[in-house]
Amino acid sequence: MNSLAAILVRDMRLAVRVGGGAFMGALFFLIVITMTPFAIGPDLALLARIGPAILWLGALLASLLALDRLFATDYDDGSLDLLMMSEVPLELTVAAKALAHWLTTGLPLVVVAPLLGLMLNVDMHALGWLTLTLAAGTPALTFIGLIGAALSVALRRGGLLLAVLVLPLTVPVLIFGVAAANAAIAGPTPFGPAFTILCALSLASLVLGPIAATAALRHGLE
Amino acid sequence: MELQAEGLTCSRGGREVFRNVSFKVPAGEALIVTGRNGAGKSSLLRMIAGLVRIAAGRLSLDGGTADTLIAEQAHYLGHQDAMKPSLTVSENLQFWTRFLGSRSDIGAALESLDLAPLADLPAAYLSAGQRRRLSIARIVAVSRPVWLLDEPTSALDAPSQSRLSDIMRDHLAGGGLIVAAAHGAIGLERARELKLGVA
Amino acid sequence: MAVIDIANPTRFLRIVDRVLPWLIAATIVVFAIGLYRALNAPDDYQQGATVKIMFLHVPAAWLGMFGWAVMSVAALGTLVWRHPLADVSGKAAAPIGAAFTFICLVTGSLWGRPTWGTYWVWDARLTSMLVLLLLYLGVLALYWTAEEPGRGARAAAILSLVGAVNLPIIKFSVDWWNTLHQPASVFRIGGSAIDPSLLTPLLIMALAFTLLFVTLHLAVMRNEILRRRVRSMRLMQAQEAHA
Repeated sequence: MNSLAAILVRDMRLAVRVGGGAFMGALFFLIVITMTPFAIGPDLALLARIGPAILWLGALLASLLALDRLFATDYDDGSLDLLMMSEVPLELTVAAKALAHWLTTGLPLVVVAPLLGLMLNVDMHALGWLTLTLAAGTPALTFIGLIGAALSVALRRGGLLLAVLVLPLTVPVLIFGVAAANAAIAGPTPFGPAFTILCALSLASLVLGPIAATAALRHGLE
Repeated sequence: MELQAEGLTCSRGGREVFRNVSFKVPAGEALIVTGRNGAGKSSLLRMIAGLVRIAAGRLSLDGGTADTLIAEQAHYLGHQDAMKPSLTVSENLQFWTRFLGSRSDIGAALESLDLAPLADLPAAYLSAGQRRRLSIARIVAVSRPVWLLDEPTSALDAPSQSRLSDIMRDHLAGGGLIVAAAHGAIGLERARELKLGVA
Repeated sequence: MAVIDIANPTRFLRIVDRVLPWLIAATIVVFAIGLYRALNAPDDYQQGATVKIMFLHVPAAWLGMFGWAVMSVAALGTLVWRHPLADVSGKAAAPIGAAFTFICLVTGSLWGRPTWGTYWVWDARLTSMLVLLLLYLGVLALYWTAEEPGRGARAAAILSLVGAVNLPIIKFSVDWWNTLHQPASVFRIGGSAIDPSLLTPLLIMALAFTLLFVTLHLAVMRNEILRRRVRSMRLMQAQEAHA
């Protein structure tokens, strides 16, 4: 347990000190939301309607960005070798790193989301529910992204390969996340079922992600 | 305790790096692995560390902790330092000490490698030799019987090299064993040699 | 000769050389029968003759999914048993499965044009197939970008298994999403009940497609084995020059 706490603390420290960490993800999120009206026009009604979708897509892309570094820096400086040699199960080590990633990338997105929702004229009373869907869904994005990060570090290819591998796998999360958010605003369908499935997907990814990522690291780096 | 290898074969990227390598390293002794570049010295160390798959042959640690992998009872000092530039010297060492499950005080380890004055400096400011000493501090801080050292003296100046020799001698005297890859001598007088790459 | 002997690549090549001509012949024959029956099947009262695209579209969909199943089984062979032919099989299945999925999308789109008026309307099945194609392309990307074939194969194997677990979830999500946005489900390609007079030609075409898959799969596996042999010989050549 102490070992996992050590990794959590170290990774969070690194995220904050290197590359701006929490700040950078939130900034990217803000920029994406800002660019949307340039592309669509300032039609408030339209923005309000697609607001949840834009926020979710922005969160998805912002989460993807920092995943690149998740294993790459440890691989480059030899830390990954030592992490793999330890008696701490690699699945738990990987999960601790993913948790650190979510706390420093995903959580800031969730915190900033209500403000951005206001900019997109999303219905005010629904902002809370929208933020809740992001809080429940961004862990899934991180833990599924973990798989792509592990696969691409084993092949020493970054960036786009990671996105290509991860995005199709996140389709269910995106579908249910946006559906839940829309349901809270005006939807014919109730919030509950979609949100519950979203939570289920997140919980499943907490298990599947580290297992698949560990397999990718072990088999890919041997 | 004895590290035993029999008929080890390694293949990377479809190419056979070495085959049928056998050796025995009892506690208190060191094995120096030599050979030209590409002969597989690093691969052999990584194989013992569990990072490279054993294509053929057997590897075992007789007398070690039962039901534990060799990797979990070994220290691996590779070409890279495994230290983060943006963390301070203390933070780096503290992390590895905690992660490897040891409660020992890092102060003593830093002292023995002359790194105490640099304790609060970010690792980015260290020279190559100082960073090397920091990774050696990691091995000193956490106690493990098997040491796998890949060219441990590289980047070290003469005083540091003799310090390392003292550290290695202490380790052997305490019942540990060392397998090191090197191009030449590393400061241990009584060490056996294993030459790789001879057809 | 036990089944395990097929594991030996040389033996496998010999078996393939003997079996392949028969498979090719069988594929051609069944395709001929299938196409004849398909073209002579009755027209749909609503869609006319265009419904016959179904005889290409539906089997292509099935084979697209079958391809992923083959990849997943091969993945288990690679990761769990380290079977020598497993990663060859997986690598061979990927482009073939992707091609069938692509054919499914194209035929689906062409079928949709006269029915819906546009080439693409994001209906549930086609969208699921599209996501499947993206996953296929991800696996192919792993094979293409890997410097070492072994690593690429193992990475692709893991993605195959992750995809196998995810695909039912994705299918369910896309179906759910589709009903959410089209509450009155207008027309669904592939329909619910298929008339018996259409069923037989469909099954014959499915058999033909399956034979085609198997034939191509074995042929591609043979090519891959030969390609690896060339690579090994080149590596040995380099090693001998070095020594």
